[in-house]
Amino acid sequence: MEQLNGWFTELLSGNLIFTANTLSFYWGGLVTTVQLVFLSLLIGVILAVPLAIGRGSKRRWIKLPIYAYTYVFRGTPLLIQLYLVYYGVVFFDGIQDSIFWVVFKQAFFPALIAFTLNTAAYTTEIFHGAIKNTAKGEIEAARAYGMSRKLMMRRIILPSAFRRALPAYGNEVIFMLHASAVASVVTIMDLTGAAYYVYARFYAPFQAFIFVALIYLCLTFSIMFVFRRLEKRLLAHLRPRA
Amino acid sequence: MIDLQGYGPRLLEGALVTVELAVLSLILAVILGLLTASAKLSRNRLIHGIGTLYTTLVRGVPDLVLMMLLFYGGQIGINMLTDQLYYAFDIDIFINVDAFVAGVITIGLIFGAYMGETFRGAFQSVEEGQMEAARAYGMSPLLAFRRVRFPLMMRHALPGIGNNWMVLLKTTALVSIIGLTDMVRVAAEATKATHEPFLFMIPVALIYLLIATLSEWGFAKLTKRYNTGFGESSEWNN
Repeated sequence: MEQLNGWFTELLSGNLIFTANTLSFYWGGLVTTVQLVFLSLLIGVILAVPLAIGRGSKRRWIKLPIYAYTYVFRGTPLLIQLYLVYYGVVFFDGIQDSIFWVVFKQAFFPALIAFTLNTAAYTTEIFHGAIKNTAKGEIEAARAYGMSRKLMMRRIILPSAFRRALPAYGNEVIFMLHASAVASVVTIMDLTGAAYYVYARFYAPFQAFIFVALIYLCLTFSIMFVFRRLEKRLLAHLRPRA
Repeated sequence: MIDLQGYGPRLLEGALVTVELAVLSLILAVILGLLTASAKLSRNRLIHGIGTLYTTLVRGVPDLVLMMLLFYGGQIGINMLTDQLYYAFDIDIFINVDAFVAGVITIGLIFGAYMGETFRGAFQSVEEGQMEAARAYGMSPLLAFRRVRFPLMMRHALPGIGNNWMVLLKTTALVSIIGLTDMVRVAAEATKATHEPFLFMIPVALIYLLIATLSEWGFAKLTKRYNTGFGESSEWNN
């Protein structure tokens, strides 16, 4: 540990920008970015499953509102959605007097809401596409076993649809990680916010932004790696046999 | 015209900036994408490596970070370059990075990588027999590319180009962060001044939806055109 510490100090010595202080900024940014992306993806998936089932419903009053929701949220920039939630949240009557204001006062929660709504819209479409592409034979077999619609959805359609949605969902995760950079616009100190701070403080755009780009690259590759492994495991039955 | 507390005309100007930016970046991205695709399909290891490095790096880093790097770093980089020119050759020039040009170059560079992947896949799905037939007719390589490979490739590339265009259109909103006056920036400034976010943000969102809907319709028409002779269009499912 002592040795590591010495090595670290030596590495940073003679370096005006990447001091322990700015590195702690980047670390804080990394934590914020990961929290924001992970939470919004998690809530987004939970919302997307019932929405995707509803999107494929035969009833118009269920199908159309969900389609309108995904159309609007996929057709407009995330930045606009973020601005709308961030500046619009105070317009809910009485929110500033309620206990929720402690939470909504910080930019983190409006950003979380905007990101969640955005990713839920994309994920709904991904799942809907996967559900629609379920092989007819699987559904016929389930019916022949006398399964009810609910049971068939739970045991047959959803498990196979999730597997088929996996590659597209992996892209969505990476897309969300990259899109989360706009959180820095509404005063959140995420990775990009930290980089901007370092840039503005030292007027060193190359160091500040290339360093943060490398962190994002590492995150992207980690996500890609995890999804490759998952696909290999879960889609093993679809691979051509030698 | 809708006044929107006096911000209406400026918002329209901003919308024009958004459209110009998107279209010019798309053109740059398509050119870069074609170059990248040829680089990645090249047998030369070095060229192939450069193409792969470009697409991997650009697709692994957020658009906003790249934009900030190129925009804030670009001016300093160019200044350093012109300084070197001055010291070495006594050439005294000053280049001021224009925000609009920087925006076009940045978005073009980012989406060039995505287009490159799209075009690579599309070029690979053109049957070699078609090109052999073209050669057998005595077409020059350029003519064969223009008349045979390109139209056949476009059939496979169009769905990807359509998706890229939709993402590109939404990415243009980011230029408002680095100081270009597009419609998002006008709306953000108006919101800060008047504290009426819905009044300005919702019209901007509607304009984006309108452009997206119009281009979807346009792409459907193009797809139909390039699918001539291949039966019903089956690839364009949105």
